[in-house]
Amino acid sequence: MSAPSENMPMAVPTARAKPLLLRHLPYFIGATVLVALAATMQFDGYIHNILMQATTFAIAVFGLSVVLGLCGQINLAQAAFFGLGAYAVGLGTSDYHLSYWLCLAGGCVMALLAGALLGMSTLRLGGHYLAMVTISFQQIVTLVMINTIWLTHGPDGVPRIGRPDLFQSSQSYLAFCVAMLALVGYFVWHLSDTRLGRAMRAVRDNELAAGVVGIDIFRTKVSAFALSAVLGGLAGGLFAGGFAYVSPDQFSFAESVVFLTMSLLGGVASPIGSAIGTGLLILIPEWLRFLKSVPGLYLAIYGLSVILIIRYMPDGIWGFVNIATERWRAKARVHAAGPALQLVPATVGGDTVLDVKGLAKYFGGLKAVDQVDIAVRRGSVHALIGPNGSGKTTTLNVLSGLYKATAGRVVLDGTDVTDMPPHQRAAAGLGRTFQNIRLFRSMTALENVVIGAERPGNRLIGQGEDALNDRAMSALTFVGLGTRANELISSFSYGHQRLIEIARALAANPTLLLLDEPAAGLNSSEKLELHELLKRIAAQGLTILIIDHDMTLVSEAAQHITVLNFGRRIADGESMAVLRHPDVVSAYLGTE
Amino acid sequence: MDLVLQLLFTGIGIGAVYALVALGFVLIFRATNVVNFAQGEFSMVAAYLMVVFAVDLGWPYWLSFLLALAGMALLGAIFNLGVYYPLRHRTFLPVIIATIGASILLANSVLAIYGPQPQVLEGWFETPGIQLGPVYLDSQYLLIITVTMILVVFNYWFFEHTMLGKKLQATSQDKEMASLLGISVSTMIMITFIYSAVLGGLAGILVAPVLFVSIQMGSTIALKAFAATIIGGFGDVAGAIIGGLALGIIETFGAAYISVPYKDGFAFLVLVLFLVFRPQGIFGERVAEKA
Repeated sequence: MSAPSENMPMAVPTARAKPLLLRHLPYFIGATVLVALAATMQFDGYIHNILMQATTFAIAVFGLSVVLGLCGQINLAQAAFFGLGAYAVGLGTSDYHLSYWLCLAGGCVMALLAGALLGMSTLRLGGHYLAMVTISFQQIVTLVMINTIWLTHGPDGVPRIGRPDLFQSSQSYLAFCVAMLALVGYFVWHLSDTRLGRAMRAVRDNELAAGVVGIDIFRTKVSAFALSAVLGGLAGGLFAGGFAYVSPDQFSFAESVVFLTMSLLGGVASPIGSAIGTGLLILIPEWLRFLKSVPGLYLAIYGLSVILIIRYMPDGIWGFVNIATERWRAKARVHAAGPALQLVPATVGGDTVLDVKGLAKYFGGLKAVDQVDIAVRRGSVHALIGPNGSGKTTTLNVLSGLYKATAGRVVLDGTDVTDMPPHQRAAAGLGRTFQNIRLFRSMTALENVVIGAERPGNRLIGQGEDALNDRAMSALTFVGLGTRANELISSFSYGHQRLIEIARALAANPTLLLLDEPAAGLNSSEKLELHELLKRIAAQGLTILIIDHDMTLVSEAAQHITVLNFGRRIADGESMAVLRHPDVVSAYLGTE
Repeated sequence: MDLVLQLLFTGIGIGAVYALVALGFVLIFRATNVVNFAQGEFSMVAAYLMVVFAVDLGWPYWLSFLLALAGMALLGAIFNLGVYYPLRHRTFLPVIIATIGASILLANSVLAIYGPQPQVLEGWFETPGIQLGPVYLDSQYLLIITVTMILVVFNYWFFEHTMLGKKLQATSQDKEMASLLGISVSTMIMITFIYSAVLGGLAGILVAPVLFVSIQMGSTIALKAFAATIIGGFGDVAGAIIGGLALGIIETFGAAYISVPYKDGFAFLVLVLFLVFRPQGIFGERVAEKA
């Protein structure tokens, strides 16, 4: 484990980020050129329609890249949300003579509400529920469009849809849509590096760990789903203005499938992939028009493509290109090592940081944890030990909120956290690591630790991305991995992954750190390093509750030990005394 | 009152079809932890096979029936090898997406081959039905209800009292342990897919004379069957059957007393109500989270 000073020379001035807008200037120049082209070039009607369709569809597919790509949740009703936007603009401008802008905004709000309600009813449950519920919603929207004739004109559709005064000509309207595409594209592209975007990726990679580092999983999923729905609604509104006529068959389940295929084909993880997928699946059918003479053939091919893409090219075309060109691309920005890590645990409550009274967790008839009291003193290292199956990890899971306690109270630094979900406990100051490492595997070490640093209630974080990166770099440097911050998790050894998990917890500046068998699977030299690390953490006054089987580590690191056996506390007290306690000896070694 | 009894009979008949398809859902879910979104298409394909054999080729009904079921067994095997098996080690999301892809492929292949015109399949019996007091018992509905009852009993016997059934159960509960005990997990999964495809196909053939044989029948039935599994309690065999019957009855009464065009919407409404207020269904226990 390297000393922090080793990384200091890397703090070269260039590492400071330029202002965001300046860094992304090339994107905006490119977008401006595209908008100018759309506004000035003379297209014939056919090309114009294709461009119009591609532009609006791409915005809807961006929505899928948010919900499916970033957050890992499925949405099979994107055409329905697209339809809500389209009908809002269509009916609003033609039947009710409302302002285009009002209708567009109204359509987005409707899509947002529908998306949020659907998400809220379903996202606490497993993913297949969401798939079925979105399909059902899609069917309902189609039913309503066809049958509510007084409102929607039924199968006849809505003609004479208006456009804003500013963009009356189809040329200027196209330019407007391209500009919207560029804006939305920028937003989606940038989203993955924002707090919300990181939370979405964390939820996608590892839900349990996301909750424990302080992310509200349910709210994140609902946000992703609602955002995807809004983008669908916006795209639909733009589409309606572009074609001046909409009908129910344009927003059927088949269209949702087309959107999904576009997203998967291009690469679900990035807006560039979405744009590629959309472009291809609009152009290819135009080139192969003869296939259209047989109804169903196109969609059959799409269905087959979905199966083949999932099997052979799960990251889509853009993901494939990305991997193939990885070595030619510029390396990611090197981050400055950041100041030495500071841990300033909150001190709200009294002398006892964690006060557990009468804690119990039953699984049916099995009493995994029963009547356990633990009092962890501020600034101490407290160990929880016991033979296999004695209830240690269950206790930790109850403490961090992954299991709901059957009985008992848990008070953390003066706050009763017994009934809180994991992310609220994290906000209250709890940090933890897992026995079987739970990192966000698609992200770099730095991103993992940044998510830790973003813990709600972390007072050591200043404003802005730089402050977050500094904090995360400090934590990574503290565990000796500062020079490898930009590597993906998969390139680290098991022992190093464990250190990254500890760094993620430390960056959050917790009040209490729970370590679940940190020495498990480490070799002897790694164990020594871990021991050193624990000393350095404890030296900063952070309270630690550790579970481990390594008695040397436990007896040297911990001042206080609680022993569990068969879910009950059998001993508690100062380390050396507890380890000599006859009940403890017999639990570990058996009685004669 | 007479109308109520009549509707109840029809509702149970339709519900029995949902229950059969739901049973196929549950079997595959229990064996693979995957929801097969193409389960409804199995019913649709089987109904079209019946139309081809019995109507277009004019073969005897019983022969067509056996051939259609054999075709479904083959389809189940191909489905497993082409869609599920290559993805068995991936997370559930890619598998779900692949089964959705398969459902689209199946529905639209049939559309491309057979065209959009709905087809008519005659019922099994010459007699259209019998009058029992105030209620007219349609012979096809009677057949559906009888076959479903027989299958439920068969299913119970098969899974609880045969060695093969017990092996299938063992596989669905713990694949690793099952393979350590010498059970061929891939064979068990193959059997599950074949059995589910045949069950789904049977439901399609039974319901075809009541509905039209159309491309949309698959997705409609699948949505209802899925709703049925949630109402009954996800992954629970008895729940799937009760849920299917309940849904059939709710839908029939809803269509009669509230609105016909929105008949297919009631299932969704009930589904959402259950998701919000009782996501574990009628029979299901609240699923414990794992750390």
